[in-house]
Amino acid sequence: MDKTNESKETTKQRFSLPFHVIKRINIPVWKKILIYAVAIITGLLLSSLICAGFAGKSPVDFFVYLFKGAFGSSRRIWVLLLDMALLLGTSIALIPAFKMKFWNLGGNGQILVGCLSAVACMNFLGGKVSNGLLIFIMFLASVAAGIIWALIPALFKAFFNTNETLFTLMMNYIAIGLVRFCIASWVKSGSGVLTPIGYGNLPKLYNDQLLTILVFVILTLFMFVYLKYSKHGYEISVVGESVNTAKYVGINVSKVIIRTMILSGAIAGLVGFFIAGAVDHTVSDAAANNMGFTAIMTSWLAAFNPLVMMLTCFFISFISKGMLQVRTDFGLSSDSIANIVVGLVYFCVIACAFFVNYKIVFRKKEDK
Amino acid sequence: MTNEVLIEFQNITKTFGSITANAGVNMDIRKGEILSVLGENGCGKTTLMNMLAGIYYPDGGKILIGGKEVLIHSPKDAFRYKIGMIHQHFKLIDVFSAAENVVLGVKDGSKYNLKNVKKRIGEMCDRYGFHINPDKKIYEMSVSEKQTVEIIKVLYRGADILILDEPTAVLTPQEIRKLFDVLRAMRADGKSIIIITHKLNEVMEISDRVAVLRKGKHIATVNTTETNEQELTEMMVGKKVTLNIDRSLVENPQDRLLVMDLNCTDLEGVKVLDHVSFTARSGEILGIAGIAGSGQRELLEAIAGLQKLDSGEIIFNRPKKNLPVSFYHKTLNEVKFLAKEGRFHYEDGTPVDLSGKSNSEIKKLVNDGKILFNEDEVMSLRDKTPLQIRELGVRLSFVPEDRLGMGLVGNMDLVDNMMLRSYRKGNSALLNRKKPESLADTIVKDLEVVTPDLHTPVRKLSGGNVQKVLVGREISLAPKVLMAAYPVRGLDINSSYLIYNLLNKQKKEGVAVIFVGEDLDVLLGLCDRILVINSGRVAGILDARTVTKEEVGFLMTKTDGGEGNANG
Amino acid sequence: MLVTFLVGAIALGVVLLYGCLGETLMEKAGHLNLGIPGIMCMGTAGGCFGALLYMKGLAQETDAKWLPLLLVSILFSILFSAATGAIYAFLTVTLRCNQNITGLAVTTFGAGLSQFIMDTYVPRALRDSYFGVASKLFAKGIVNDPDANGVLKVFFSHGFFVYFAILLAILFAIVLKRTRVGLHLRAVGESPATADAAGVNVTAYKYVSILVGSAVAGFGGLFYTMDYLKGSWENASTIEAFGWLAIALVIFTLWKPGISIFGSILFGALSIAAFVLNGTSAQKELLKLLPYVITVVVLVFTSIRNKRENQAPGALGLSYFREDR
Repeated sequence: MDKTNESKETTKQRFSLPFHVIKRINIPVWKKILIYAVAIITGLLLSSLICAGFAGKSPVDFFVYLFKGAFGSSRRIWVLLLDMALLLGTSIALIPAFKMKFWNLGGNGQILVGCLSAVACMNFLGGKVSNGLLIFIMFLASVAAGIIWALIPALFKAFFNTNETLFTLMMNYIAIGLVRFCIASWVKSGSGVLTPIGYGNLPKLYNDQLLTILVFVILTLFMFVYLKYSKHGYEISVVGESVNTAKYVGINVSKVIIRTMILSGAIAGLVGFFIAGAVDHTVSDAAANNMGFTAIMTSWLAAFNPLVMMLTCFFISFISKGMLQVRTDFGLSSDSIANIVVGLVYFCVIACAFFVNYKIVFRKKEDK
Repeated sequence: MTNEVLIEFQNITKTFGSITANAGVNMDIRKGEILSVLGENGCGKTTLMNMLAGIYYPDGGKILIGGKEVLIHSPKDAFRYKIGMIHQHFKLIDVFSAAENVVLGVKDGSKYNLKNVKKRIGEMCDRYGFHINPDKKIYEMSVSEKQTVEIIKVLYRGADILILDEPTAVLTPQEIRKLFDVLRAMRADGKSIIIITHKLNEVMEISDRVAVLRKGKHIATVNTTETNEQELTEMMVGKKVTLNIDRSLVENPQDRLLVMDLNCTDLEGVKVLDHVSFTARSGEILGIAGIAGSGQRELLEAIAGLQKLDSGEIIFNRPKKNLPVSFYHKTLNEVKFLAKEGRFHYEDGTPVDLSGKSNSEIKKLVNDGKILFNEDEVMSLRDKTPLQIRELGVRLSFVPEDRLGMGLVGNMDLVDNMMLRSYRKGNSALLNRKKPESLADTIVKDLEVVTPDLHTPVRKLSGGNVQKVLVGREISLAPKVLMAAYPVRGLDINSSYLIYNLLNKQKKEGVAVIFVGEDLDVLLGLCDRILVINSGRVAGILDARTVTKEEVGFLMTKTDGGEGNANG
Repeated sequence: MLVTFLVGAIALGVVLLYGCLGETLMEKAGHLNLGIPGIMCMGTAGGCFGALLYMKGLAQETDAKWLPLLLVSILFSILFSAATGAIYAFLTVTLRCNQNITGLAVTTFGAGLSQFIMDTYVPRALRDSYFGVASKLFAKGIVNDPDANGVLKVFFSHGFFVYFAILLAILFAIVLKRTRVGLHLRAVGESPATADAAGVNVTAYKYVSILVGSAVAGFGGLFYTMDYLKGSWENASTIEAFGWLAIALVIFTLWKPGISIFGSILFGALSIAAFVLNGTSAQKELLKLLPYVITVVVLVFTSIRNKRENQAPGALGLSYFREDR
């Protein structure tokens, strides 16, 4: 009993501090949600005060503009949903790896090479094959590229236990370099910008956004079932919890790592495909829009549950979009203000994990 | 020993959530004595001493040192009162040298100079009879050496009161004797020593007084000379428990697992298994005795397919002579192949010829049990993965030493843990949680596992219940070979006996049981034969019914020399 | 040609060296800080902000005295980067939050805030004139004659921040290996429970190493802008990229500050190879990939040659809660 982890000291301690921290054993769901809600609101309030302070306007306006920026018109709502869908796609790409405790920080790179491959197809095959075939080839190329980019660190992790955090991180920069190299080779003018290409654009479904949104929402549902109810998902959990147990029951750990990273890379590549085919129609070194990192936050905030992730992705997209409006209306010169706000909200939400996992017990009056 | 009281507990109480670890404990510790704190696992003896060492803080009551009330909030405070504790799990830093570990955290105002530290360590070694190389890294040390470092660490800080938590658990009899000599030397030097233990013989041998705890309460403190083992046991367990384990005779033993000349080297290039050979027989419990880390883990893992071997062979013998072939172990194609090889006969003794027969005809013959094996099936497990071993149809169960790190997944519930062995069944890509759920339910009921429900993560269960879940699952596989590594470590008496009974039941059902244990009394009482492993070598295979503890202890510890090859 | 290349390699290497030293210090205390890129950005912004404050207070630009200018600039750099580090420290040490996640948030926040500060408070128009003066002070070497002997130039033409970095690396190596503080710090990173039981104040060690490490890493950003770029500011993302490379460098140098001196210069050389060599812009882009590729190769190499003493600190990335034993 002195070895149990959940040993709980409920008592007054005569420490110098007037309170004492203990680990929570169970926390009701409503309490958890409440803690997160308080954290998000705190983060937004802080942001509103800071922004209002810089701009000399009322903090209430901050919220007005935030909502206006995100929901101001039906087009804005659609764009917001599109952003959410892409972020969601990136998050479900990362989630199986995270469940396996494989720290895939390479989402950006995997998306980027996916996007680059699709654009390469558009650039070289555009007009030479039918649009339908082109899109199909783009799809294959993107997914393959995403897989390769995820597979390289996965192979080394599987066979040599190479630190994947740094490996995948470096792969991002290699991908960025590759994109710059391709643009420098393709764009003869030297402008360094590849103008949008008219070939290989995905067909419209009601509008420009709906198809992408649908695809990733459906994929999210698939991922939920895959992780929770499939044998593969179970193996991922076992490997993530304990590699030794996995070996003990005969799970081929290397195989699971490789298989999972193939899935991860394929979905990331798919995100790149949609960016190329449905959104940007071109590629730049910032095409991934840092979603690879943002998705780490969204999936972590969602406790790696794909369904909850829809909410977290929506929320982060909402802030980014809303902040554009806040910036314009507050007359702030720097677009980096959005990063500050997102960073602040992250801090608050990260900090609140403490209150979910631990409890502060205030010392009652000393017994005399 | 003087009668001068050094430390006094007054009405000490400590609770963890709903569990009361200590309730109103009153006892004292005297200057220059060796005091044993005796009690079953979970009786609160470690918690009580942790409060003296500053790890926990009491909820109620007082601690008096030299008659004055003191507050001990941290190990640092404890050192201020010259109290030092050597924990069961050593608190040493692996990549540091002995000297670096010893000096860690010491702020005596002197300049940091490892040379002086080493000199002082040398002086202490001379004084109390230790041997240690202060430059050796901890990860290169034996358990006994690590313990020595821990003791030096405490002495270096000037402790006059040493608390040792189960110091002999991982030592050999010879090492224990050496430790006891050191403790006596320290007592002669005026130090007070507290030993937390549940081993009666050691209590009798070393201590001046014994404090017995039961269920968090202090039962009594008696002078060792005025008591005996029987009385102490009664105080410790409260009610009379049968100390004898039932041991049935071995019936119709057959060679089931043949381990031949295994050699294995670990990552650091150390030879961990050195020409190991033995046979495990059905209906028998084969005990494996040895100092911790002598190759027991590697041996079991090698058999289970988790350890790479340099050379050697592991043979599983499936008794199939004159028994029908079934589709449980063989596919249709394998049956056809074996028939072609002439490995089957019919009941009347004529050889089986399947050529010209249709698949459905063959299926019928097999299902009706008409096709019989000529000989036992012999299969090699060498270099097979656990999965391949399963696929061969070899039912090998393994209760590993590290329950939550290997046998189970701590964060998963009981149902998902049941599924670990069986989730692959069926062709569906999706999981079927129905059968594991009913299995979990059965195990909880049959083995009296204490759990709120089947969906509680197993890490939240107590050690004994975790072990019941693990052993229950492994036995549910209806094994032919059952390997259990330290299955009762950390369990209370009742849970331990439950495990012994389960193993005995398996033995009676004809399972070949391999039991790796640390308590020689249990090994001698439970097993039929005992294999002694020493530095990766088989030092001897002995009849557990006739051998003495001393003989086993001798084989466990003797160092290289001209001993005969005892492999049997 | 070679001289210019070596001078540049050392200069750029020092940017990485500061980041690497800061990160090494934190990792030795068990904290993998992916916030280093953000912290380096903040160090830059702080230094620029400080220099600006000082210059604005002067009647004439030529009145600038080197010592107060440097002190104000360095002080603000330390203030900004340590404050950012403090957020990380509070979240990961006191609130025991996930280090990877917190680090990424710090990078997002730090890069955003530093860019915002530069955009809003350090107007482009003033940058060149103000920082031109400041950077001359930062970059002033012992040998400043452009026609000097090549060997002299390689070793003595740098600003004082280069020599300071190397001194700091040596100091770190000595402290870690030969002092009680170093022993305790390493213990905290290897096994905080053990260190705690031995009476080491784990929380204090973690906080101090994160704060000092952040300040040191922040120097990297400051040095890059003031010395290497001669007082111009590109954008936060350039410094961010160096931050990630600095984290890679920690692994490359096996957590040993002594080795990091040479490792950083090697990385610096690889990074600037693209600028020195001739070639098309596409080829140069490929060359710029080299440091990342080499890091990957080293990562793979060290993981294959798995040696106990060369591994990461035992408790790297794990939160410590005393009652969790």
